[in-house]
Amino acid sequence: MNAEMAGRVQVQHVNVKIFAEDTAGVDLACAIPVFHRWIQENVCEELLIDVADYRHVPEGPGVVLVGHEANYSLDLSEARLGLLYNRKAPADHNPRENLTQAFRAALSACRRLEQEPEFHGALKFNAGECQVILNDRLLAPNTKATWQALKADFENFFGGLYGAGYTLDHSSDPRERFRVGVKAIDAVDALSLLPALDRLRTDP
Amino acid sequence: MKASNKSWKEVLIDRMPDRLAKELDIFENEITLKKQGKIDDKVFAETRLRRGAYGQRYDNGARHDGRVERKLAYPAASLTKGPNTLWDAPGMQRIKIPFGSLNAEQLETLAEVAEEYSDGIAHLTTRQDVQLHFVHIEDVPSLQRRLAAVNITTREACGNTVRNVTACPYAGVCMGESFDVTPYAKATAYFLLGHPDTQNFGRKFKIAFSGCGETACGLTRIHDIGLIAVTRQFNGRTQRGFEMYVGGGLGTVPYQAKLMEEFVLEAELLPLCQAMGRVFARLGEKKNRNTARMKFLVAKLGLEEFKRLVAQERASLPRDERWTSYLHDIARYQENALKPPSLLQISPSAPAGFEEWRKTNVAPQRQPGYVTAMVTLPLGDITATQLRKVADACRKYVRETIRVTVEQNLLLRWVSEADLPALSADLNDAGLGQPGAGTIADITACPGTDTCKLGISSSRGLAGELRKLFVLQNGSVDEAVRGLRIKISGCFNSCGQHHIADLGFYGVNRNKNGYAVPHFQVILGGQWTENGGAYGLAIGAVPSKRIPETVNRITSRYLAERQADESFQDFVRRIGKAECKKMLDDLTQVPPHDADPSFYTDWADAREYTLGDMGVGECAGEVVSPIEFALTACEREVFEAQLHLDGGEFEAAARTAYGSILHAATALLDWRMLPHEKSAGGIVDQFRKQFYDTQLFFDPFVGGKFAHYFFAAHENASVHHDADTAHRLVEEAQLFLEACHSCYGRVMAQPVAV
Repeated sequence: MNAEMAGRVQVQHVNVKIFAEDTAGVDLACAIPVFHRWIQENVCEELLIDVADYRHVPEGPGVVLVGHEANYSLDLSEARLGLLYNRKAPADHNPRENLTQAFRAALSACRRLEQEPEFHGALKFNAGECQVILNDRLLAPNTKATWQALKADFENFFGGLYGAGYTLDHSSDPRERFRVGVKAIDAVDALSLLPALDRLRTDP
Repeated sequence: MKASNKSWKEVLIDRMPDRLAKELDIFENEITLKKQGKIDDKVFAETRLRRGAYGQRYDNGARHDGRVERKLAYPAASLTKGPNTLWDAPGMQRIKIPFGSLNAEQLETLAEVAEEYSDGIAHLTTRQDVQLHFVHIEDVPSLQRRLAAVNITTREACGNTVRNVTACPYAGVCMGESFDVTPYAKATAYFLLGHPDTQNFGRKFKIAFSGCGETACGLTRIHDIGLIAVTRQFNGRTQRGFEMYVGGGLGTVPYQAKLMEEFVLEAELLPLCQAMGRVFARLGEKKNRNTARMKFLVAKLGLEEFKRLVAQERASLPRDERWTSYLHDIARYQENALKPPSLLQISPSAPAGFEEWRKTNVAPQRQPGYVTAMVTLPLGDITATQLRKVADACRKYVRETIRVTVEQNLLLRWVSEADLPALSADLNDAGLGQPGAGTIADITACPGTDTCKLGISSSRGLAGELRKLFVLQNGSVDEAVRGLRIKISGCFNSCGQHHIADLGFYGVNRNKNGYAVPHFQVILGGQWTENGGAYGLAIGAVPSKRIPETVNRITSRYLAERQADESFQDFVRRIGKAECKKMLDDLTQVPPHDADPSFYTDWADAREYTLGDMGVGECAGEVVSPIEFALTACEREVFEAQLHLDGGEFEAAARTAYGSILHAATALLDWRMLPHEKSAGGIVDQFRKQFYDTQLFFDPFVGGKFAHYFFAAHENASVHHDADTAHRLVEEAQLFLEACHSCYGRVMAQPVAV
């Protein structure tokens, strides 16, 4: 990446996938009435539009709640179920703000899903294992240079979230979007991370 | 919506073909002008449609959530991108893939744009297009620039234009073809793309090629022009040509294409298509879109009269080098294999399910040692990750020879046979190794209520349910049933091609017990082979939730009562429509809402069913006169002049402003079909004579003032301009343009003498 490109790197269009724990008892069809109800009850900050069903696609997007500013999905990519938050609307260039916003939305959705009666308690997320994807190859090409440019921001953010006990793993396939796997040493409950996110938002 | 939208042009400027880059600059400027309220809704809608940017369900800003109809409060509020179509509402991007041919780099780019602008899924269509859903209009120029950088254009993917030119995906490797139609399909696609004679249609226009008449791979009988490769002996030489069928189409009332010419010489292919386009543009219906397809014109005129008019038009065409220039290389046209031919070695280490996959998804090529391998895509959907893995397979096993099929799958060609186990393993690894291509489990469905504004019932929901049923039964399905085809449309418009299926379904509504209930009309007797050789007939509507049982009952009876090798079509014909209907009578019943509310929701949709979500389709686009396009282009030129002015480029600003005036005057002359010289002086002279001297151009209040701007700009065309004079000329150009719009409006508003 040349200097011009390096100057262009931005943490925009943040995607956060928080992996589910044991998925054996989870019927993805249950997500359809749940997401339709979220639209009816307007439970998210974003303008919610519709539900798209991709359960027929192997390792696909699963069931997607399509919104204007962001999509939420119970995603099956890489054969692992997780809640994926896909931020579509652009924001000011502030890495921590943008990561915090996406994580807050994703964790809130995880918590809400865990409590939805259709899943009968079978759907549980481990907020200590997630992926962050920057869904814009121009602003965040998947290169070592991008990783070097953003590493401190990511360490700062996840240090604030998990403390010292976590690892970051940058996936280096240049055809993929910029993606970092994050794993805390211990499993983490979604609810317990929300106060840490509040602190991250208010800390200078 | 993407933060990077402003940067892609700069990054890709050296990678896009100049023509495509310029087209996209124009489109981006038109988007800017639309946001400024300077382009009419109707004109902008057709403009974006001609770039493949289509509307999607709920884009009128209202959606029934199962309880009440809700307004979708988008940030851009009342800003629109077409009549009753909100700016921020997600839309569909259709991407033309001529004859379905893709290379690895194109597959990777499709993956990128699917991930970044859509929902990570590329949807393959029955006309060898790729569609992305939930795309924001402001992302479209970036998306299209990235496609242009790998030589994909979306121009004329929708709207009243020549749509994607399709062809048999086996062309060049098929056992039964007369010759490879690929180079002819390619030449036709690019000759007609943007051709002036194809810009004034009242409706879309579809062309398909097939290498033979027997199989269905090209579906030539359902097209406006269907071309089947044939050869003949002439003076001891083999000549190539085409059977030319015209006036076919599905839609509400399907028409079988009629044989217009038994042998069109290859050199006559393009001029004859051009002549037919001119006849359709001149005589086709423009006001009533319901009768505007060419099939109605052929039916109205009669085949002989239509043929005579086309021949007359052909005779009047000035010769065009492009008609035959591509033929010089045609003998040398040949796809190549990556690897030498080989024979399959059956090995105990073959991947699980290999034999089953090979049986349904692999076919021998006419070139010994090579096979084709079908990548089966459920409902035509493929993820971005899978597209990259297919690209890898394209590079690893074949020389990037892959095609989209009309059954929404991907076909790898030139696979060396011994590579099949390894290819199968790689496809399995990508989740793409499912068997069942071309079987009853390989169901075709249009988008239906998932995303289409016209959808009545959930075609994809039903297809997913039926597919699950047959995949589960895979091993136990009888051979006679296994080969049947199911095709589903969400409404009567037949995008799912239900008329040519063994078992076809299209969505309808029925009111039962005081509720709307999703149903599907059952179509039996259609013929897939012989390029869609016969159309089936409706036998009755069945509730959506009882369609799986319907399929099971019909196929079970066929198995139980068929005579010897009786085909399904023959069986249906023998027992008769009345008996078929009777067979389903009890299945048409709908239980009361209290007894079983599931009947009152559709497949894969938890909301109580309603028709309140239906909108007005954009399939045909709006009929927009060429002058409206021309004046819109002038608007864009004035806008560009403003940009030059802002950048301190005064000479360029003045030159562009003058150009816009000249083009607007030309548009008026062309609209009135007044012959004129192409020189600026000739245009001025004719404009003065026809519009100024006649006072036709006069404004009711200021008379000929705006015409004088034109005359003065022409007289001063060679003078140097500073900031002031350039600024004035840009202003005058805008005023002249407004006067052109007014003149056009005044004349159109006048009563027509009968």
